[in-house]
This record gives sequence, structure tokens and C-alpha cells, in this order.
Amino acid sequence: MAKHIVAAVKELPPGSRKLVEVNNRQIAVFNVNGEFHALGNRCPHEGGHLIDGKLVGLVESKMPGEYCYSRKDELVKCPWHGWEFDLRTGRAQCDPSRVRVRHYETAVVQGGEIDLDAPPKAAEVFPVRIEDDYVVVEV
Amino acid sequence: MNLSDIRAVDCDVHPTVPSMQTLLPYLNDHWRETVIEREITTLDTISYPPLAPLTARADFRGENGRAGLDASEVGQQALDKWQADIAILNCLYGVQLVFNEDMAQAFARAVNDWVVKEWLDRDPRLRASIVVPLQNVEHAVDEIERCAVDKRFVQILVLCMGETPLGRRQFWPIYAAAERHNLPLGIHAGSAYRYPVTSLGWPTYYVEDYAAQSLGFQSQLASLVCEGVFVKFPKLKAVLIESGVTWLPGFVWRLSKFWRGVRAEIPWIDRSPNEIVRDHFRLTIQPLDTPDDPDIVARAIEHFQSDDMLLYSSDYPHWQFDGDEIMPPGIPAGLHRRILVDNPLATYPRLGL
Repeated sequence: MAKHIVAAVKELPPGSRKLVEVNNRQIAVFNVNGEFHALGNRCPHEGGHLIDGKLVGLVESKMPGEYCYSRKDELVKCPWHGWEFDLRTGRAQCDPSRVRVRHYETAVVQGGEIDLDAPPKAAEVFPVRIEDDYVVVEV
Repeated sequence: MNLSDIRAVDCDVHPTVPSMQTLLPYLNDHWRETVIEREITTLDTISYPPLAPLTARADFRGENGRAGLDASEVGQQALDKWQADIAILNCLYGVQLVFNEDMAQAFARAVNDWVVKEWLDRDPRLRASIVVPLQNVEHAVDEIERCAVDKRFVQILVLCMGETPLGRRQFWPIYAAAERHNLPLGIHAGSAYRYPVTSLGWPTYYVEDYAAQSLGFQSQLASLVCEGVFVKFPKLKAVLIESGVTWLPGFVWRLSKFWRGVRAEIPWIDRSPNEIVRDHFRLTIQPLDTPDDPDIVARAIEHFQSDDMLLYSSDYPHWQFDGDEIMPPGIPAGLHRRILVDNPLATYPRLGL
């Protein structure tokens, strides 16, 4: 596992998303209320691009007619066939034990905290400023 | 008889009501006079016109062209012939078509009482389904409660095509009663003819009507699953009777596939419809819609991915097969005992009482 800087925090405000490429993998990075989530971009079903999916909440029910809604915007719905994936785990809501998309851990680091002896590898080439925060994805 | 000695349980046998005259002793004064005064001679429907080839095999028909008219005839022609130690009677008489819900209640009671007196009391091998007047849910529940006292009633019987999809919550008191009394919900081919039998409009020919039944079964299966009937009533089983059988896997693949993308619409369904169907649906094996090739029959059966779902039935006197082999060639020998005995006993708990 290696940490990769994928974006500056200020370019990814809450509600925004960014498609990044790390080691030839496309990763969809979402900022939901200040928390960063990263999933493989390719839906395991037919390959739809999750970066284009709508964010939805989790709807659960114990009994017909009951709707328990929680975790607003914490699932992404594949734009092709509507399968929902949990941004925190990558698991598909329709079959969580068997179907999942790759989930990546994220972190926010300050430019000044980056260890220059073993710097995270930038996914894209952009200047890293000591006073700014950056989104890091573990791949 | 010991349950272990049972050779076969025939899960679909049809007693024929000769005419409304037969039911007069089972009606109260008001309804008896109504039937006579209005000259209501029969409730036979176009689902099974008495002289249509499908309605009765030629070798079962008596001099008047009808079959299955009394218990001794059915005992010989169906039970003795096919070594059934138990047979479940599903009486198809057009009670479900009546618009007046009080009349429907009276006719359903008459049919059920006639079945007890003229059939169940005459042959200890016979069991029956409770004909319920779905026109009024309270009436239907009352009829279940009234009949369920008699343990020889082992199922409730409704038609494939009624007024409203069967999963809708208005029907749930019926399923609560069914679950309470260990009665599966038997859904039999046939229509109340409130609507055309296809969603396209009326077909022209009888064969189209009969073939369209499997589409009705598909929609009822989807309704019962999606509305969450089996979430609310986890002990309930639904038996699809005379449905044709082999349409099921393809339809359930389709239903399960599309559920994955719109799951949130019915969040109470938290596992694949495929699994729910395997747990809660059973099907009687006649007719079995396959080509004659035994290899194809075996492959079609494999698609169910379950050994529990098929129930033996002759569908007497309907003309579904010639000769004496009810079990279509190609059904794996290892499944025979399950289909003949084990699955029916597991599906109908009251058979063991």
C-alpha cells in the first residue's frame, strides 16, 4: 500500500467529486460533508462509471410500508443500472456479501506534513504547498 | 395411514359441480329462491367450458360429456388409477366472478359445504381447498375461519386473475388467517374476468386465454414478493396450481435482475427475489410446459435450483397428458419421491394432522 496525493482539499469542496488515476486505476473520489471517500470507478456489474452516479441515502425496512432513511449521500448509484454502492465499504446494497467495488482508504494531510524523504506519489503532477491540505488515497 | 406409507399426494384434482341445482340444499332460503327465480343454472366459466377438450380427458367423460361428477368416480379414475393415497380437491366454479359480494359469500359457503358432504365425507383419501369469496376480504376471512375447523381443508383457493394483484395489503387479513391455520395460498389458473386475460386486451381464441394464464401467474408472483407478503407472513406458502411451471425460472431471473437496481423502492425486500421465491412458492407439475424430449425436461427442472418446489398433480380431469404417466419423462428419478410425497407433506402441514 502506498499513499498517493490525488487532489488539494480546496479543489474538492463538500458535494464535489473527482476522477483520478493511480497506477492505471481509475478511482472516484467523493467529498461528502467534508469526508473523503474513494471507490474504484468501474461498477463490477457491467462497468458503468461510478464517478457519474448519483449520491443517495440508505433506505432500509423491517416491514412493508416502513422506510428507515439514514446516511444521506453515503451511497453512490451506478448510472447504468442503479446498483447502490456504500461509499464507506464499496459493498453493493443488493448483495453486500458477494458484490463489491474496490474501496480505498483516504486521509487528509497538510503539505508541510508530507515526508519529503518518502513523499506520497502524486497521481497528477501539481505543486504541493506547505500551507495547503491534500487528499491522499491509499492504493 | 402412516405418513411414511403414502405413495402419492395428488395436489390438484377437480370435482365438478353438476349444476346450480346441486348447490340448492346448501343455500339459505333467500339465496335458494334467488337462484331458482333468476334461473341461474350454472357458474361454469369460459376458463373451462364443459365441453372444451382441455376441461376433461375423453376417457374420463361420462354419457353427458362431463367428468369428475362424484366422489366414487374420481376415487376410481384418479386416486385408484394413480395410486394417490391423498388428493386435494380444488373446486373451480365461478364463485369468484359474481359481482354481488353477499351472493359470492353464499355461493362459496355452498361450494365448501357441498365439498365436505359429497366428497370429503365419502372418501377418506380426499382433502380440499377452501374456496374464498375475494370480492370481500372480511367474507373471505370468515369463510376461512368457518372451514378451517375441519382439518380436511388444507389450503385456501383463489384464481390467478382477480380484481387486484394479490400482494396488495387489502388482502393481508386473508394471509394472516392462512398463516394462523397453516393453510397455503393456492392460486389456480382462471380468471374472475374483471379484465381481459392479457394486458393487451381480449384475445380471440380459447388457446390464447389458457396460454395467457402463465402471464397472470408471473404478475401475481411479482406482486406477492414485492409487496412484502412473505416478510409480513414468513410462514406463508403460495402454491401455483396448473400454472405450466417452466415459465418461472426465466421470470424470476428477470425480476431479480431488475430488483437489484431499484431495490430502494421496496427496501423490505433485503434479499434476492430468487431466494424468496424458492422459499415460499410451490408449483403443481401438471401441466408441465416443455417439449417431450426428456433431456430438455431435466434441464428445465434444473433451472429451479431447488428440489423442494414441485408438487405432484394429475390435474384430473383436465386433459394435460395421455396415457397413465403423470410424471413427465425426464424428471430425475431422485426427485420422484420428493415430488410425489415429501414436498406435498412439507407444503401442506395439515395433511400430517
